[in-house]
Amino acid sequence: MRELDVAKVTEAVRDLCIDTNIHLPDDVKKALRDALAKEESPLGREILQVILDNHDIAEKERMPICQDTGAAIVFLEVGQDVHLTGGALEDAVNEGVRKGYADGYLRKSMVGDPVMKRKNTTDNTPAIIHTRIVPGDRVRITFAPKGGGAENMSEVRMMTAADGIEGVKNFVVDRVSRSGGNPCPPIVVGVGIGGSFEKCAMLAKEALLRPIGEPNPDPEFDRVEKELLRRVNNLGIGPQGLGGRTTALAVHIRTVPCHIASMPVAVNIQCHASRHGERSI
Amino acid sequence: MKTVELRTPLDDKQISNLESGDKVFLSGEIYTARDAAHKRLVELIENGGELPFDLKGAVIYYVGPAPARPGQVMNSAGPTTSYRMDVFTPLLLEHGLKGTIGKGPRSIRVRESMVENRGVYFAAVGGAAAGIASSVRQAEVIAYDDLGPEAIRRLVVERMPLFVVNDTKGNDLFEQGVAEYRRED
Repeated sequence: MRELDVAKVTEAVRDLCIDTNIHLPDDVKKALRDALAKEESPLGREILQVILDNHDIAEKERMPICQDTGAAIVFLEVGQDVHLTGGALEDAVNEGVRKGYADGYLRKSMVGDPVMKRKNTTDNTPAIIHTRIVPGDRVRITFAPKGGGAENMSEVRMMTAADGIEGVKNFVVDRVSRSGGNPCPPIVVGVGIGGSFEKCAMLAKEALLRPIGEPNPDPEFDRVEKELLRRVNNLGIGPQGLGGRTTALAVHIRTVPCHIASMPVAVNIQCHASRHGERSI
Repeated sequence: MKTVELRTPLDDKQISNLESGDKVFLSGEIYTARDAAHKRLVELIENGGELPFDLKGAVIYYVGPAPARPGQVMNSAGPTTSYRMDVFTPLLLEHGLKGTIGKGPRSIRVRESMVENRGVYFAAVGGAAAGIASSVRQAEVIAYDDLGPEAIRRLVVERMPLFVVNDTKGNDLFEQGVAEYRRED
C-alpha cells in the first residue's frame, strides 16, 4: 500500500482550480483558431478574434478567462493500492476548491439551498465529486469547472430502441438548435448513450474531456460525430448565436451497454471556454 | 450597420437611431444586476419601494463579476445569459430602463416591450470576460452586498464594446444572423 496524505489532494485541486480557469487546453485554442480561418460571417470572425484575444489577456493578466469560473466538477480515479491518510478525501477536495477559488480571485457561484433560500456558500463548495476506484497506486484528479449558461442547455432523454441512431442524431441537433446563442457558442457537444438515467449524463460529461481533434475510437461513431458536427454547423447559429458557420467545435460521443427496454441519451453542452486539466499524484 | 459612440443615461432620440447589427462603444454609468437582484428589484417596484438606482435612461448589465484583486478595479466580467431575466425585464422597461446588456436571445414578450417602451438590447461577447474588464474604470457595490457576485454594482465604463441585437423597430440580430448562415443538410 502506498500512503498518500490527502493534503496533497488539496494542493493539487487548489492549483487546478486556478490553472484551468486561466489557461485553456491547447486543443481548444487550436480549434478556435481553425474556426476563425474558416468562418464565413464577418461578425462571427470578429467575435472569434475577441475570444482568442481574451485568452491572451487572461494569461498575461492572470485573470479568469470567464467570470463564470464554474461549479467545481472533480473526477477522481483512486488507485486501489493507495491508502489515503490525514483526513477524509472529499473534505480534502473541498478544501482545495475553497483555497483555489479564494487565492485565484475566482467567482464563487454555488448556492446552498438550490430552491428556497439560494444563499451563496461564499467559497464555491461543495464540489461535485465523481470517484472511481481503479487499479494502481496513484490518484488522478481531473478538474473541469463548468459554467451555468451552457450546463442549462443540457438534457437527458429516455429514448427507445425504435428511435435508433436517427432518433439520437435528431435529438442532438434539436437540442443544439433550441440552445441557440445561450450556451456561448462555438460549443463542444458531449453525447452519452446507454447505461441508465444517471449513467448517460456522466458519459456525456466525460465525453467533453476528450481532446478536440482526437477521433472516436469506434469508426461507426466517429462517422456519426462528423455528420452531427456538419449538421449542427448547418444550423447557422454561429459564434455567440449571432449567425455563422461555427456553431460547434466538436461533437463527442461515448457509449456503454444498456437494458433491453432502454436507450438513455444525454446531451451535455460545453461553452467555448472548454476548461479542464488533470494531475496525477 | 454602423459604429456608434453612446453615453448613458440613454434617451429616446439616441435609441431610435440604433439598428440591430450596429457596433456600439458605450461609456458612462451602468448598473449590474442578474437573477437574484432582479427578483428583489421587481418586488420593490410591486410593493412601491424605492429602487437603489434611478431606472430612467438606465442600462443594466447582466453580470456577476469575479472578485477584484487588491488594487484591481474590475476582475473578469463578461455577460451572463439574458433569458433568465426575461420575466422581469418588461416591468423595468415600463419604469424607464432603456438598455440591457447580456448574451443570448430575448423572449418575444421582452422584444415587444422594447418596441413599446423604446428600449434596446445589446450583446457583449460571452466568455471574453478578461478583455471586457479593461473597459471598466470604476466599480462599487450600491445594493444587496449579501448577494456576493449578484450584488448591484454601479460601474463607470469607457468605450465598452457591444453589438445592438434588438432595436426599437423590432429587429433581432439573432434571427437575421442565423437566417443568413443556415444551410440545408
